[in-house]
Amino acid sequence: MIHSLFLINSSGDIFLEKHWKSVVSRSVCDYFFEAQERATEAENVPPVIPTPHHYLLSVYRHKIFFVAVIQTEVPPLFVIEFLHRVVDTFQDYFGVCSEPVIKDNVVVVYEVLEEMLDNGFPLATESNILKELIKPPTILRTVVNTITGSTNVGDQLPTGQLSVVPWRRTGVKYTNNEAYFDVIEEIDAIIDKSGSTITAEIQGVIDACVKLTGMPDLTLSFMNPRLLDDVSFHPCVRFKRWESERILSFIPPDGNFRLLSYHVSAQNLVAIPVYVKHNISFRDSSSLGRFEITVGPKQTMGKTIEGVTVTSQLPRGVLNMSLVPSQGAHTFDPVTKMLSWDVGKINPQKLPSLKGTMSLQAGASKPDENPTINLQFKIQQLAISGLKVNRLDMYGEKYKPFKGIKYMTKAGKFQVRT
Amino acid sequence: MSSNSFAYNEQSGGGEATELGQEATSTISPSGAFGLFSSDMKKNEDLKQMLESNKDSAKLDAMKRIVGMIAKGKNASELFPAVVKNVASKNIEIKKLVYVYLVRYAEEQQDLALLSISTFQRALKDPNQLIRASALRVLSSIRVPIIVPIMMLAIKEASADLSPYVRKNAAHAIQKLYSLDPEQKEMLIEIIEKLLKDKSTLVAGSVVMAFEEVCPDRIDLIHKNYRKLCNLLVDVEEWGQVVIIHMLTRYARTQFVSPWKEGDGLEDNEKDFYDSDEEQKEKADKRKRPYTMDPDHRLLIRNTKPLLQSRNAAVVMAVAQLYWHIAPKSEAGIISKSLVRLLRSNREVQYIVLQNIATMSIQRKGMFEPYLKSFYVRSTDPTMIKILKLEILTNLANEANISTLLREFQTYVKSQDKQFAAATIQTIGRCATSITEVSDTCLNGLVCLLSNRDEIVVAESVVVIKKLLQMQPIQHGEIIKHMAKLLDSITVPVARASILWLIGENCERVPKIAPDVLRKTAKSFTSEDDLVKLQILNLGAKLYLTNSKQTKLLTQYILNLGKYDQNYDIRDRTRFIRQLIVPNEKSGALSKYAKKIFLAQKPAPLLESPFKDRDHFQLGTLSHTLNTKATGYLELSNWPEVAPDPSVRNVEVIELAKEWTPAGKAKKENPDEKFYSESEEEEDSSESSSDSESASGSESGEDEEEDHSGDSGEDSGESGSESEAGKGRAAKHAKARGKGDSKDVDKEKENSKSSESSSGESSSIEESSSDSESESESESESESRTITKVSTPVFVPGKTHVLLHRMSGKGLAAHYFFPRQPCIFGDKMVSVQITLNNTTDQKIENIHVGGKKLPMGMQMHVFNPIESLEPAGSITVSVGIDFCDSTQTASFQLCTKDDCFSVNIQPPVGELLLPVAMSEKDFKKEQGMLSGMNETSTTIIAAPQNFASSVILQKVVNVANVGVVPSGQDNVHRFAAKTVHSGSLMLVTVELKEGSTAQLIINTEKTVIGSVLLRELKPVLSQG
Repeated sequence: MIHSLFLINSSGDIFLEKHWKSVVSRSVCDYFFEAQERATEAENVPPVIPTPHHYLLSVYRHKIFFVAVIQTEVPPLFVIEFLHRVVDTFQDYFGVCSEPVIKDNVVVVYEVLEEMLDNGFPLATESNILKELIKPPTILRTVVNTITGSTNVGDQLPTGQLSVVPWRRTGVKYTNNEAYFDVIEEIDAIIDKSGSTITAEIQGVIDACVKLTGMPDLTLSFMNPRLLDDVSFHPCVRFKRWESERILSFIPPDGNFRLLSYHVSAQNLVAIPVYVKHNISFRDSSSLGRFEITVGPKQTMGKTIEGVTVTSQLPRGVLNMSLVPSQGAHTFDPVTKMLSWDVGKINPQKLPSLKGTMSLQAGASKPDENPTINLQFKIQQLAISGLKVNRLDMYGEKYKPFKGIKYMTKAGKFQVRT
Repeated sequence: MSSNSFAYNEQSGGGEATELGQEATSTISPSGAFGLFSSDMKKNEDLKQMLESNKDSAKLDAMKRIVGMIAKGKNASELFPAVVKNVASKNIEIKKLVYVYLVRYAEEQQDLALLSISTFQRALKDPNQLIRASALRVLSSIRVPIIVPIMMLAIKEASADLSPYVRKNAAHAIQKLYSLDPEQKEMLIEIIEKLLKDKSTLVAGSVVMAFEEVCPDRIDLIHKNYRKLCNLLVDVEEWGQVVIIHMLTRYARTQFVSPWKEGDGLEDNEKDFYDSDEEQKEKADKRKRPYTMDPDHRLLIRNTKPLLQSRNAAVVMAVAQLYWHIAPKSEAGIISKSLVRLLRSNREVQYIVLQNIATMSIQRKGMFEPYLKSFYVRSTDPTMIKILKLEILTNLANEANISTLLREFQTYVKSQDKQFAAATIQTIGRCATSITEVSDTCLNGLVCLLSNRDEIVVAESVVVIKKLLQMQPIQHGEIIKHMAKLLDSITVPVARASILWLIGENCERVPKIAPDVLRKTAKSFTSEDDLVKLQILNLGAKLYLTNSKQTKLLTQYILNLGKYDQNYDIRDRTRFIRQLIVPNEKSGALSKYAKKIFLAQKPAPLLESPFKDRDHFQLGTLSHTLNTKATGYLELSNWPEVAPDPSVRNVEVIELAKEWTPAGKAKKENPDEKFYSESEEEEDSSESSSDSESASGSESGEDEEEDHSGDSGEDSGESGSESEAGKGRAAKHAKARGKGDSKDVDKEKENSKSSESSSGESSSIEESSSDSESESESESESESRTITKVSTPVFVPGKTHVLLHRMSGKGLAAHYFFPRQPCIFGDKMVSVQITLNNTTDQKIENIHVGGKKLPMGMQMHVFNPIESLEPAGSITVSVGIDFCDSTQTASFQLCTKDDCFSVNIQPPVGELLLPVAMSEKDFKKEQGMLSGMNETSTTIIAAPQNFASSVILQKVVNVANVGVVPSGQDNVHRFAAKTVHSGSLMLVTVELKEGSTAQLIINTEKTVIGSVLLRELKPVLSQG
């Protein structure tokens, strides 16, 4: 399946290569560079590039291209999903996934890659198993290893690999047993010029951090499980139980994991917690344009909106802007034409606004489209869909765990057209 | 230890210093390149030293640096000899890194790589499954053709390993061996067939992958495993799921009849799509047509459904394509929701999913219509995503939603991303042709765009309008006039050419404008693009034919310009047109029809989706994404007219399973019920009786374990192996005695059960033991492998036998001894190690085995020829001989370059055995069955000191390769073994009697060997 993997940084250097079958010359990447040149932007490089003898499938994350070389027919999503899993694993191991970090830990990277694929077919991708085979580098462990001569490599097959719960290792022990669940919802919306919603969807996830001793069996029930009609689960969730009772029953992996993600689609009515009043105009004759935006709360269920940032890609004709914010700070990059305004908290008594003028290229005709405004915000203690966890129970172990649930709503791809 | 690392630091510091020195000199030396090269050499020298050192820390550090070099793509092949030496290192990290190195460079340095093979062969026997597995992985990854037979044997053996993890690796190794040597295909298919029967979820995905790679056309191998695969699917790891689902899709298309009714058009019962009640739908289906779905077909569709909820996009896509290709059209609707959910994922996932949705949305609009708004474009989407979304929006457009869509398109047209804006304009054109109600609106909208400031937008609009006008033969004089005016301002060649063509085509409708346009373009002819020039020529020709009075001179002027154009296309066209339209004596009959030729009614272009022709590729494949056939693409066959025999999928309920029924739960009431549908049955019942089940939370856990019961016995791996062996044996004997005697069976079952629990398996498995037992039996039956657990030899006598004396061998001496290891060349062979010595003062070259004179049935696996043996050198090779459980002599010739020597190996009877681990209870049971004819005994008389247990033990194991059975009695010693060839048990009992006598009893089916062994043991035990 996957023949080779090349890691390419943003300046076009191949800084790591790994082959699982015969060696494929790195010159195969020339086809990739060609496509990259054509695409102008990294985002537009096609994920699948055919070459005379190979196919190049790539993902772009953390400013690094992960290019997999394929020789025969294979479901492209299989490879793409796997590459993303590789990136996730690196992030899990090293905290960040960047070129210097990968270069520093090249041996661990190689060992991990060796375990993840055999002959190009995934072997161990579960992070709990990988971490038992190859322990992630920590400062303490490095010191211990140099003194005692022990290694990062496990010499026993991780028990998870063979058990019916491959995601959990055995013999987990904690002095403080705790289980935290974060319900995080993101609103994807397009708001049109007049302020009416064109489309709005909620993408929710429940991320868990479970540190429990032994083999706990958890059940999580909701006040309103009807909301969740489009969900995807971590493999640990028992599907049949969900189908029949709408209860999440699972033996959790150890540590951090995503329990489920769900999608509340456009057909349902989605509450939009903010509005943006805008007045952006370019006049044909003068070289000055007016720019004015105000952000205010809408349906927030009494919660404050925090962490608001406004970004907007302005047309090429805009040379510079002179703006005055009522709160927060703003920047405008005259090269990329990117305006960003860090608003912070919204105080309903005194709405934040950004006013001023734009200087336009003299002589050029006015741009025919007003810029789109992208919004970021956060609301603590609120799941905008109304999802509520009813209770969490634990079976199979005797101790009393500490449980916690947190809700949060964020803006996902939230756009306001002007 | 810390001093070690300090010492090493010093050392490496020194290395760096010399390096620096080297580089300093290189700047002085005239050729910088040479200097650089030598410093590189120097560095490797340094690494070599570190690898040779006896400190693990130095070696490890060197290996880390080498791996770093490999990662960067630097060549480190010259270090091969130094690295390979460390292949047997005790330090597991060094070992792993050496493996990494070996796999990378073995192909280039085949001869040296062979040095490492024996290490792996040894590791293949390691009790640690991780080590066995990784040895197999590396052995099979070394792409050296010479070791193909060794790989073959290793794979064969590993495929019968007790650890499913090792079996999984064996499945991977199959593909590697196949790509190395495709001639092994037949043998590999046999192994695949065997592994396909494996019930472990761990193995399923990998073996199906091997199947797809090696023999995707052998669909007959799947029949018997089809139901098992369907039922296991949910528990297989995600990557395996993808592969299995793709394979099963192909399978289903060859084995079942089409569930799609005739003439199932694009708009088939759309309302049904959103009907969540599956039952109702099924009823409706049945009412409409006599078609009934094969229950196996239904099984696949039902069992894949939960996987739509997977977190892995590839799995969701795989299920989606399965539903698309094999489910009834009314049921395929459920996939759209899941696919739309994937759109939130990464850019690359979006790209592939959108492509597939685009293909689907052409054929079945209804599926995605409710999700229309999910395909609305955001300004932050990458261009390729935007264009795909646009494509889908166009496919979904209909009378009901077109007005909303057009409003949305208006926003897109104004986008700063001009490529996207242009694509939107084409989209509007397509909407205009497909939905006649809005074609006027669209056309007006496009005309408005003609006054847009952006040239690309205008040009695209012109091209689209041209196509639209061509399709509608109605008068659109105004638009043409408007476009004629545009000609002054617009510069994009395609747009100009389009306008000119349009005017030429409609020249009779705009009689005043057309000649004027020609006049203007004649002026600018020389500076126009080639595309435009051709259209000017066309326009001139058309006007000449319709309005020659005004345009005759102009046309001739243009034709003259064209005659001397630089582009040959234009010169050709000019010549052609001149001959056709300007009448002269040479022009034939054709010029009469010139007008008909030029102003013929032209067929309107069809505005079609670029995804129109992709549907002949299986969705979700690379070929579909690229829209060309990728290498190794497997065509999805059409539904067969008549379904092939469905009974091939029936798995015979094995006789034994029936026998168990009185003892186990009264489960199998109807014998027609297929074996594997058991769990499915449970599934159904658990679904229907969910209320009662939900009473306790822990029960559902059990439920899941029940699902796994198929592999639980194996999953317990090493620890549970003993019990498995017991079970297997019980099964074998039960079979040997035939049917009936259920009482005995009961007892045996109890036995095996107790041994199961004693070996420490979890209670949950025991609960479902009746299930797992019957299944494991069927497995042992079908695979007919020897399950008796072979233990390690208690004692390996160092005694060597002379094979060839140096005097008779002209200086070549050979000795052999029995290492008492299971043979790697075949499980029926006894392994023999031969040590060759060169006692001459010359090289002995090409030592190999010549002619073999073996008795009937005997087989021998020879060693690979030894190229040369240095004077006073010695080499040990191993061979495998299948003695067929007899003490007959194996004769063969040992040849050198010049001579041949006949040699013989006659095995002592004790070496034809392999020790077996067994409990006392099992031993007694087995002994009970091997009574009468199968028992030989004798009385021994010896001094009492010879009857100390340690002495007896020592004496017995010295003579025969037997395993010690723990004994509860002081005066009875028991030993167990099996014969190598047939695997028959050989049970030895030494019972001490009063006085100085003892009873020696041997129980075995192989009475001949038994009595020989007795004869050999008797003198040994009785002598002092």
